[in-house]
Amino acid sequence: MRNKHTELLVGIFIVLGIAAFGYLAIQVSGLAFSDKKDTYTVVARFDDIGGLTERAKVTIAGVTVGEVESITFDKEYFMGLVSMSIHSDIDNISTDSSIAILTSGLLGEKYLGITIGAEDDVLKNGDEIFDTQSALVLENLIGQFLFKSDEEE
Amino acid sequence: MRKVRNIGQTLFDQLESIGRAGIFLFQTLVRKPVRWDEGCRLLVNQVYSVGVLSLVIIVVSGCFIGMVLSLQGYTILAKFGSEQAVGQLLALSLLRELGPVVTALLFAGRAGSALTAEIGLMKATEQLSSYEMMGVDPLRRVIAPRFLAGMICMPLLCLIFSATGILGGMLVSVHWLGVYDGSFWSLMQQSVYFDVDVFNGIIKSIFFAWAITWVAVYQGFECEPTSEGIGKATTRTVVLGSLAVLFLDFILTAAMFGDF
Repeated sequence: MRNKHTELLVGIFIVLGIAAFGYLAIQVSGLAFSDKKDTYTVVARFDDIGGLTERAKVTIAGVTVGEVESITFDKEYFMGLVSMSIHSDIDNISTDSSIAILTSGLLGEKYLGITIGAEDDVLKNGDEIFDTQSALVLENLIGQFLFKSDEEE
Repeated sequence: MRKVRNIGQTLFDQLESIGRAGIFLFQTLVRKPVRWDEGCRLLVNQVYSVGVLSLVIIVVSGCFIGMVLSLQGYTILAKFGSEQAVGQLLALSLLRELGPVVTALLFAGRAGSALTAEIGLMKATEQLSSYEMMGVDPLRRVIAPRFLAGMICMPLLCLIFSATGILGGMLVSVHWLGVYDGSFWSLMQQSVYFDVDVFNGIIKSIFFAWAITWVAVYQGFECEPTSEGIGKATTRTVVLGSLAVLFLDFILTAAMFGDF
């Protein structure tokens, strides 16, 4: 009799453990099982990527449309080569769009913001966005400010 | 000269006991297991005494640690006007560090000490020798199910600890302190990665389970068969187990989250 009781409690314990696992997976880490959407890849070269990381989000009008896949150094141009995957249902980004590295909040994470251009041609898999705006680096900004105030005097 | 010899002697004694513990673990795992249904029954009984009986302390302390974390986090984050990030702080610190480590420390105190005392008393009352006389191998009959039960229970307890901690923290921050629950969850889900945070926490707790149950069963099996010896062995289990957990935690954290 006691043995049945033990088995029941052990069963409850294991079910609780698995339930906690499911809870952590779905509610806490937001793991969705059908999240693998079709994407296409677009690249962009930046003078300074300033703290952008892989898996940072790519936004249009503040709405997330993709994420940064990889960041490598382009030896030929001495620039940071960022390749990002964009959901394939967003298929009407014109080729003269511009892309900027932005910061969410004052000290928040870095992300990419695309501003749509006027061209009729659209970006396809492997295309490059040429109009890029690098991250704002605080030191450079202060440097510019000091330089300017020197000139004025 | 004598001092040097003493130091050398101590060193050799230590090395010898480490070696014995290693051989002991190897024999426990490699020896032919008991019959399947018999083994299952022994294992279920051990999961009951190691896991189910530890459940209360794990749930209660998980809940309170989550509550304290979000209270502390809230007071500091509110100064920067970013109290929504309390969910992020709560989930990451529980999943990466506090979940595995505090569960392991509680487990060493609650289950590890009980394992050592039980096995030590079996040895003192010569139950282990009587098993041997009956032709039953005490390593596979007594030690192996306890070791396996520890390895099964620790990850489950760690998951339950983290989950209750997050629920407790949500109770305090969302329901009492008035953090908006939409941003509480969305910031948490944005920053927690299942494959990095949850998964590495589980891997940590498996390592900790291995360390604690190994120390516990070995200390019980090798203890001096007197009441004083059992007391010493139990203390050693808790001390060595906790130290091993903290040491392993540093190594594992460096390997998992350090970028070098």
